[in-house]
Amino acid sequence: MPKRVLLGALLACGLTASALAQEPRTGGVINAVIQPEPPGLMLAQVQNGPTQMVSGNIFEGLLRYSPKLEPLPELAESWSVSEDAKTYTFKLKKGVTWHDGKPFTAADVLFSMEMLKQTHARARTNLAQVDKIETPDDYTVVFTLKQPFGPFLGIFEVGSMPMVPKHLYEGTDWKTNPYNNAPVGTGPFMFKEWQKGSFIRLVKNPNYHEKGKPYLDEIYWQIIPDAAARSVAYETGKVDVLPGGSVENFDVPRLSKLKDTCVTGAGWEFFSPLAWLWLNNRQGPLADKRVRQAIMYAIDRDFAKDVIWNGLGKVATGPSASTIRFYTDDVPKYPYDPAKAKALLKEAGYKGEKIRLLPLAYGETWQRWGEAVKQNLQDVGMNIETIATDVAGGNQKIGDWDYDIAFTYLYQYGDPALGVGRNYISSNIAKGQVFNNVEGYSNPEIDKLFADGATATPDSKRKEIYDKAQKILVEDVPVAWMLELQFPTITRCKVKNLITTGIGVNDGFKDAWLDK
Amino acid sequence: MKQFWKSMLKSPSGIIGLIILLLAISVAVFGPMLFPNSPWRMVQRPFLPPFTLSTVPLGTDALGRDVFAGMIFGARVSLLVGLVSTLVALVVGVPIGAMAGYFGGKVDDALMRFTEFFQTIPSFALAIVLVAILQPSIYSIVASIAVVSWPPVARLVRGEVLSLRTREYVQAAVVTGQSNTWIILREILPNALSPVIVLASLMVATAILLESSLAFLGLGDPNLISWGYMVGAGRTVIRQAWWITVFPGVAILISVLGLNLIGEGLNDALNPRLSREGR
Repeated sequence: MPKRVLLGALLACGLTASALAQEPRTGGVINAVIQPEPPGLMLAQVQNGPTQMVSGNIFEGLLRYSPKLEPLPELAESWSVSEDAKTYTFKLKKGVTWHDGKPFTAADVLFSMEMLKQTHARARTNLAQVDKIETPDDYTVVFTLKQPFGPFLGIFEVGSMPMVPKHLYEGTDWKTNPYNNAPVGTGPFMFKEWQKGSFIRLVKNPNYHEKGKPYLDEIYWQIIPDAAARSVAYETGKVDVLPGGSVENFDVPRLSKLKDTCVTGAGWEFFSPLAWLWLNNRQGPLADKRVRQAIMYAIDRDFAKDVIWNGLGKVATGPSASTIRFYTDDVPKYPYDPAKAKALLKEAGYKGEKIRLLPLAYGETWQRWGEAVKQNLQDVGMNIETIATDVAGGNQKIGDWDYDIAFTYLYQYGDPALGVGRNYISSNIAKGQVFNNVEGYSNPEIDKLFADGATATPDSKRKEIYDKAQKILVEDVPVAWMLELQFPTITRCKVKNLITTGIGVNDGFKDAWLDK
Repeated sequence: MKQFWKSMLKSPSGIIGLIILLLAISVAVFGPMLFPNSPWRMVQRPFLPPFTLSTVPLGTDALGRDVFAGMIFGARVSLLVGLVSTLVALVVGVPIGAMAGYFGGKVDDALMRFTEFFQTIPSFALAIVLVAILQPSIYSIVASIAVVSWPPVARLVRGEVLSLRTREYVQAAVVTGQSNTWIILREILPNALSPVIVLASLMVATAILLESSLAFLGLGDPNLISWGYMVGAGRTVIRQAWWITVFPGVAILISVLGLNLIGEGLNDALNPRLSREGR
């Protein structure tokens, strides 16, 4: 009888029956690994990966995104766009309360925007196109843009734009507010305790605005610093969820084979991490386009995918991951072809000048990858010297342009205007910083295409522009694209519905439930 | 000299040690000529178990690289680092010890405080810090191993020189007006050499271990394969593929054991009291 009631409630919430092969069961505690320990949990001020993963349960954004990156309602229940694509009106959900019982209203949205503009670098850039924000009533927010901005609906996910409680932060020093240590949000789980170095404990929000949810009583985020110990913790049953990147890749096949273990690569569509080699376009042999193309031909990327990443991920075709909007595979192709690479090097007049390779100091997998790429390049006659460095040292070298080839991977955030253009436009060349156009690629045509693409309407026009940009970039090879990465999430099969959106584990565990 | 070889060959441990060392050196010198393939090259499918294919007798590692080729090229790096860093440590340690022992007084005090300064820092921690600061490369590794291993040499030499310096033949040399340098080099050091040689053979073993430990921690030269690197890279997959760590680990064990046996043999051969007793 209670089960029947529950299912009815679920259907009323708008979930289709097909999405639920079984009826969710309420109750239970989940133990998940969090790696590394987050520096803080106040999502509006701290942006590290692990913070996003834990705090996605505590805070919420206006929207969430499906695996196809279509916006879904979260705190906003509906939205509309004006004819000229410059005014976006959001209707907020009624009856939403903060964890302390105060109602969530448009004033909170307005206040959050104000705070994020100061504390959240990416939100600041995303909001640069906003002219003004108005709140005609308590449950309506109107954004007016300076000019049409195609990806605007893609910036409201919880990690990019978390809603913070105005009544607890207004008039205080945000950085030292005591609620930073015990964050209060609107999310399905409430912060309970944090034993530093041991675990973070979240408990169910009984007044959550989606009736019947969440199903779980508690979440323990276990902090285990050693990679091997994390695998063992899963094997011995101490934890049930290993989010992407928490164990080394070569442990994935072994853990996947364990009894009652389910593995999925889903839940990274919004981020779509794309790995590439930064090639310093400024100096030496790499200033020649033919040498850069030779690098693309010389590297066996299928080998990297199959052996180093254990078959996870996808060989990249160009600057956009295949999961983000306006991706096209109608671009020049670079299959593994050492003979062609040799010919191109010869044509470019490469004479064995030394080329420095900086691997990424993110652990085993990246180190092995560096060794494989080095061997590939040596096989076609390039003189490669690996420079050993740590993460900070590597960032510094790359930021100072003191490198020839460097490994990296960056998130794409669903839209080329948010995640792709930033790496290739010449206005984003800034010495001393990483994660911008550090390769020094400068092409006025590309600058113009990305500038136009961000503001063009309708979408078919944007697609045309981005198709062209992708073609030019792939021909020029400003960087050598390697793989669309996939970070598998490993769980016990009894953990159901953990990943339902394109934001994956970072979207919170509100739909997750534990089977018996 | 003849006497020395005679007693050296009398001790079984010395013989075994010598054989092992000669083997290792010949592998290091001639191996790469016989197996010209780079140990970094991916030659077969990854995680191929040993003794399945004759082309890769010891199997392959996580990237499909030949473990056997890695062992052979690794021998070169491990032995070279061991020998060169020991030589550098001797070049630093022997003169400092000799001067401290010979001149005594303030010179002795100053030099020994300086030596103690290095001895108070845990040697492996210091080596890690040095390599991390200087960026891992074969030069920084040799330098840091030398820096942490010269103090015992200096102290040993100082002790020997202190006792030798009161001998009559040394005093005779002083009386005849020989220069200090001459006395140290010609009269004292040759007689202080035997314990230093024994110590040096053990230092080579320690240096190989130090290099392996550094490489194991990821502080090896990224452009050179060494046994320690192989163990470190294979450590995390030990449950799937034991052979990647076991073979280079055994190589380290055997060569360090060999050097220790040589040290023991040398000690027997060079210790006049022991040889006279005839055992």
